[in-house]
Amino acid sequence: MADMKVAAYICQGCGLGERLDTAALASVAKKEGKAAIVKEHAFLCNADGIKMIRDDIANEAVTHVMIGACSRRAKTEAFGFTDVCVSRANLREGVIWSQPETDEARETTQEMAEDYIRMGCAEVKKMTLPQGDPAAVTDRTLLVVGGGVSGMTAALEASKAGYKVVLVEKSGALGGWAAKLHKRTPGKSPFKEPQETPVAEMAAAIEADANIKVYLNAITSKTGGAPGRFEIEISTESGATVVEKAGAIIQATGFELYDANKLPELGYGQSANVVDQAGLEALAKAAKGSPIKRPSDGGEVKTVVFVQCAGQRDDSGKHLPYCSGSCCLTSVKQAMYFKESNPDIDTVVIYSDLRMPGNGEDFYRSGQEKGVIFTKGNVSSVEAAGNQCKVNFHDVILNDQTAIDNADLVVLATGQVPNSGVDIDTKLKAEIAAAGGDNSLMEAYSASQVEGAVQPISVLNLTYRQGPDMPQLKYGFTDSHFICFPYETRRTGIYSAGPVRRPMDMVQAMEDATGAAMKAIQAIENAGLGRAAHPRSGDLSYPIFRKEGCTQCKRCTVECPFGAIDEDEQRFPLFNQARCRRCGTCMGACPVRVISFENYSVETVGAQLKAVDVPDEFSEKPRILILACENDAYPALDMAAMNRNVYSAFVRVIPVRCLGSVNTIWINDALSNGYDGIMMMGCKHGDDYQCHFVKGSELANVRMSKIGDTLKNMSLEEERVSTFEVAITDIERVPQLINDYAALIQKIGMSPMKGF
Amino acid sequence: MSENYRNNFLKEVEERVEEGHWVKMCMQCGVCAGSCPLGPHWAHPPQEIFMMIRAGKREEVLTSDSMWMCTSCYNCVVRCPRKLPITHIMHGLANLAYRLGLSPKNQTTQKFASMFWNNLAQTGRVNELKLSLGMYFKDGFAQGIKNAMAMQSVGLGMVKAKRLNPMELFGGHGIKDKSGFHAMLKKAREIEDRRKNFA
Repeated sequence: MADMKVAAYICQGCGLGERLDTAALASVAKKEGKAAIVKEHAFLCNADGIKMIRDDIANEAVTHVMIGACSRRAKTEAFGFTDVCVSRANLREGVIWSQPETDEARETTQEMAEDYIRMGCAEVKKMTLPQGDPAAVTDRTLLVVGGGVSGMTAALEASKAGYKVVLVEKSGALGGWAAKLHKRTPGKSPFKEPQETPVAEMAAAIEADANIKVYLNAITSKTGGAPGRFEIEISTESGATVVEKAGAIIQATGFELYDANKLPELGYGQSANVVDQAGLEALAKAAKGSPIKRPSDGGEVKTVVFVQCAGQRDDSGKHLPYCSGSCCLTSVKQAMYFKESNPDIDTVVIYSDLRMPGNGEDFYRSGQEKGVIFTKGNVSSVEAAGNQCKVNFHDVILNDQTAIDNADLVVLATGQVPNSGVDIDTKLKAEIAAAGGDNSLMEAYSASQVEGAVQPISVLNLTYRQGPDMPQLKYGFTDSHFICFPYETRRTGIYSAGPVRRPMDMVQAMEDATGAAMKAIQAIENAGLGRAAHPRSGDLSYPIFRKEGCTQCKRCTVECPFGAIDEDEQRFPLFNQARCRRCGTCMGACPVRVISFENYSVETVGAQLKAVDVPDEFSEKPRILILACENDAYPALDMAAMNRNVYSAFVRVIPVRCLGSVNTIWINDALSNGYDGIMMMGCKHGDDYQCHFVKGSELANVRMSKIGDTLKNMSLEEERVSTFEVAITDIERVPQLINDYAALIQKIGMSPMKGF
Repeated sequence: MSENYRNNFLKEVEERVEEGHWVKMCMQCGVCAGSCPLGPHWAHPPQEIFMMIRAGKREEVLTSDSMWMCTSCYNCVVRCPRKLPITHIMHGLANLAYRLGLSPKNQTTQKFASMFWNNLAQTGRVNELKLSLGMYFKDGFAQGIKNAMAMQSVGLGMVKAKRLNPMELFGGHGIKDKSGFHAMLKKAREIEDRRKNFA
């Protein structure tokens, strides 16, 4: 700390010079910020301004730079000094663009700017330069679990990019689900005819690829380590165990069809002539191009009925609630098997909504041209009668309760059930449901805990403290954010691809696997450089843990959304930096505050909020602290300012990495320093979360719901600490939230905690 | 019942109805039904007619008056996302029903269409006076007088403006080569019957 030298630079460009008294700001930086060098510049981000800063770093041994200019989200390249600590006082978006340009507002605008200078100086002094992980290593090998089309695609793509691949397949041959198909739905223009599956071609390519090592009849019996240095025990059927190392993992374990035995009302199990889609593929494969025969007696097939959404899109809670997004394509393809052998065979597809993703509409049209009859209806039952079946259904278009007699074959389009292994959150989900009054999950969980109960089989067998498989979000599919970051799971460096991630067809699975391979390669490279993966890509800082102060409360290990923290033999937390996403949720969780980052810590934020000048109780100038998530809320505030959406001059905004990183000490400190209110702005949480760190905003919300007692002890109103869900698009709403909250604070009055 | 949702009737329609091969391409979106200005007056909008064909409801389709309600505004054709020539199919279906003698009796559009055709086929020209009087009197003599009286001023106005010649009532004029014209129609009918499999 002895050689720390702080320099503060204040920009006068973009109207800052006209709207603010920059000389006064400079004097604040000098006197209160204790900056050794303070300079104003008319245009700080131009070549001249940058040169000035660079020269000071080179000649004056400046180690810490405070830049009072635009938002930290702007001019990141110009001000992206990597050799010094940098803090940014947001004078442009945070002050002049979000305050009215009037003479009356001049005083409060200036006060705001001065506070941000104080905060910037206070923050930068608590920062140290991230050194990166000196022990960072990486193995440029990708482990792919699952040898279906997704897994093979990932392996081949990674190999093409120059990475070694270890491919583990449970069965005795590559191909997975696709190997069971007679033909596949088209993946190439003109999307009119079923095509040969790519299995043989891909398996041959893998065989010929020296970069890809394949283990057949093998499972991953133990997976430990972290991105860059995973160690995987592969157990083969013969009982031998091999250890392989990998930098990243792709889980492409695919799906099983929903069990048609659960659909006796649709005739499954009642007649051999009722099959699921896999059953029909088997018949088609066995027929080897000759006409498919009726299973019950080998008779000629004249009429085939396809029942879509069998046991899917079910709202009764008995079957799958979701659409599998691929079965309509498959039924059209299977109807074509029959039309190909004899166009006079009647093929009827009874659908509720025909969903043809990708170029499926062309395929649908092709099916229509071939004379496949499509009818919108709901099948109520299938009755077996001799060698034929009667399909009872409601024709929705004609509003007609009707039936197709004499169907020789009925094909049930049951959906995809992901092979995602163990649901590690069963107990947690059961507890949440029980708290909401629903005990069914808890009963199921208790039943599974009885000795001898059938246990789900883990896929990855992770040695992570938080469980052997990846967390699941809904319906057993592995967790990932569908829109914002589809490939990212909650286990850094482990990606899921294909139908284990969400229901999909082969075209999508191949695209998905390619994307996952690219993400995995990124993870491998990032691990080697000691850098974070999404969303703080490139971040070199990582949690530093002061073991002496730790009370072994385990909150950090439990709450880390990414399973980055294990426990060592002495039950202290064991941080795996390469697994860490740098959200700071552990830092927010730690009751004794022994976890920090080099450039983001309890001190960097604590110093900022304490640096703010809080006017006395009679000034009529309340102070509201905003802790804003840097992913959504802070950009929303910036964009609101760009639109000149004005908000209260009494707020002081501190960006945080995630609301999950907010330590309650900050709340205590702010309240005892006389702040009148605290707004915490984070992302939407719940099943359709938008939190970039998945659980951060949810955890923050839970923690803050318990802060009422603290407030009561301080004789303060509960409204003084409020959490808000903010989306990045809320550029109108955020200023409104602030103004409403400021009005509320005005109403309940100033905090009595000032001046102590 | 056993012919339900089989291709038989669809195949007949493809064979015997103008543009009938388009029926299988309907994707049941219902835009035609929603676009038809006469929609509320149809027993079955085009979407349903197409589905009924695919469901094998031959009698119901051919005895329906629905396709006779089409006024050829082409709104559905313009809007159909699958580019079905719906108007043409409707007329084709009406024609098939008429040829098979299944079309509803006393359906106004059908009556007018027959009158128009018979009128035209005689002389090669439409005799407007005879055609309109024929329409007036289609529901009996008394109703015909009433209709004619109601339209009296229009008729007189047209006579005055030389748009209507009362003498046309007695024969009227036609094209030059009537027998050639009739031979041509006969031949066309023969070709059509062969193509559409009418005996």
